[in-house]
Amino acid sequence: MERTVIVGVAESDLGLVPEGTTPGDLMAQAVMRAVDDAGIALSDIDGLFASTTELTMPALTVAEYLGINLRYLDGTQIGGSSFMAHLNHARGAISAGLCDVAVVTHGSTQRSVGRAKASPQEMPPYEAPYRPINPVSAYGLAASRYLHEFGATREHLAEVAVSAREWAKLNPKAFKQDDLTVDEVLSAPMVSSPLGVRDCCLVTDGGAAAIVMSESRAKSLGLKPIYILGVAEAASHRFVSNMPDLTTTAAAISGKRAFDDAGLKPEDVDVAELYDAFTITTLLFLENLGFCKRGEAAEFVKDGNIKPGGSFPVNTNGGGLSYCHPGMYGLLLIVEATRQLRGECGDRQVPGAEIALAHGNGGVLSSQCTVILGTEPTR
Amino acid sequence: MTSNNDQSEILTIEESPLKVYLDGCAAGKIRYQVDPDGKPVFFPRLFAPGSGGNIEWREATGAGTVYAATTIHPRGGDPYNVVLVDMDEGFRMMSTVRGTESGADVPIGMRVTASMEDIDGEQRPVFVEATEGA
Repeated sequence: MERTVIVGVAESDLGLVPEGTTPGDLMAQAVMRAVDDAGIALSDIDGLFASTTELTMPALTVAEYLGINLRYLDGTQIGGSSFMAHLNHARGAISAGLCDVAVVTHGSTQRSVGRAKASPQEMPPYEAPYRPINPVSAYGLAASRYLHEFGATREHLAEVAVSAREWAKLNPKAFKQDDLTVDEVLSAPMVSSPLGVRDCCLVTDGGAAAIVMSESRAKSLGLKPIYILGVAEAASHRFVSNMPDLTTTAAAISGKRAFDDAGLKPEDVDVAELYDAFTITTLLFLENLGFCKRGEAAEFVKDGNIKPGGSFPVNTNGGGLSYCHPGMYGLLLIVEATRQLRGECGDRQVPGAEIALAHGNGGVLSSQCTVILGTEPTR
Repeated sequence: MTSNNDQSEILTIEESPLKVYLDGCAAGKIRYQVDPDGKPVFFPRLFAPGSGGNIEWREATGAGTVYAATTIHPRGGDPYNVVLVDMDEGFRMMSTVRGTESGADVPIGMRVTASMEDIDGEQRPVFVEATEGA
């Protein structure tokens, strides 16, 4: 397979966007900003990968909006990890000659229109009678199991939220910048135990885009590439009652495949962007991706390792918990990982970062997709 | 082999898996399935996941162990619990445990037994803590 690279990334407007702004506006805005970031022309794009919970045919909506000739359209929807899957599909399509310049995009106005309207939740007939609140109840169940199996506490979960907030304070674009303490997380209203409000991601508007092409094309155009070293997709279930093991997500599979693909190991990663829809997910992914042993992420986080200045920088933009969570958050992880490798992250920059991992989660811990990026084609 | 591409005899749906399950509930039975290797399957399907092999219905005893538990605190409403129960037959299902203190978390590992309850006009299994020796 031909080596593929990211040459442009962008966020759309984030947080709360002006009244009447559509998901299409945000996706198109992000695409144009990524086009500008890459230094290419909009008309150079011939492959489009788009997903959002608010549109049934997002790739068509964006194609119509952009008004360009596309050879390849992909609207894969596997939840928040869709965009890692899009990167995988884009490198396949580029390698096969089905498109030359791909853009991956997402946009959501879920804060403006409300989460219930933006992200309608289907409920299987074997769960519906018991009234779980998806997605949070599924994550509450996983968290309950994690605390039970490993003797961890709600304080450990709270440390994840506090660590994310410490990073958010260094990111001018983060939605939440005020101080947050463990006690405040613990005393926040309970939603679906053991998860309280501050254990849950933000509900914001937002979007993003990333432009992907072959290494050879990027070089011929004189663009600075960030290399896609490894990508892998995995899924273990759709609904939580079919999740085989609530403390072992399919990230254990996608992570291993992505590391094998890249020829790297967890200890090679300089900065990790792990999908934090809820505080429990950061703990699960630290373990399932091989950064911590099973049951040891809780103490690892409590010891301050993932905070600014800690031994292992995680969710350096402030995460879905404190920076931005527009319905599906995966693409913003890729944006941050790319910027860290380019050294563009100002106060939150991880010095000398050469290998970054962006891990996406979709559904209720259902789909897991891992992307490993690097400043060089190999290490 | 069928002629004229007539595949209508493959996996014919006489009664949907959901209807068989709900009819079981209405008769006070928790029905699940087993694959050709005897591995339990839940939710009910047309064929065995993984292999595509035949699947057979079985009836559970109703005894199980709480695997995971969450208590939902709706805004302006009373809290209620949602649990995953590992049934003694080896499958897992979502349900709720009755008779617990309002707002309290259901202990993981608690032994439970099922009974049917009318939920939104359908009989559905719910659980209570098993009595000693059950």
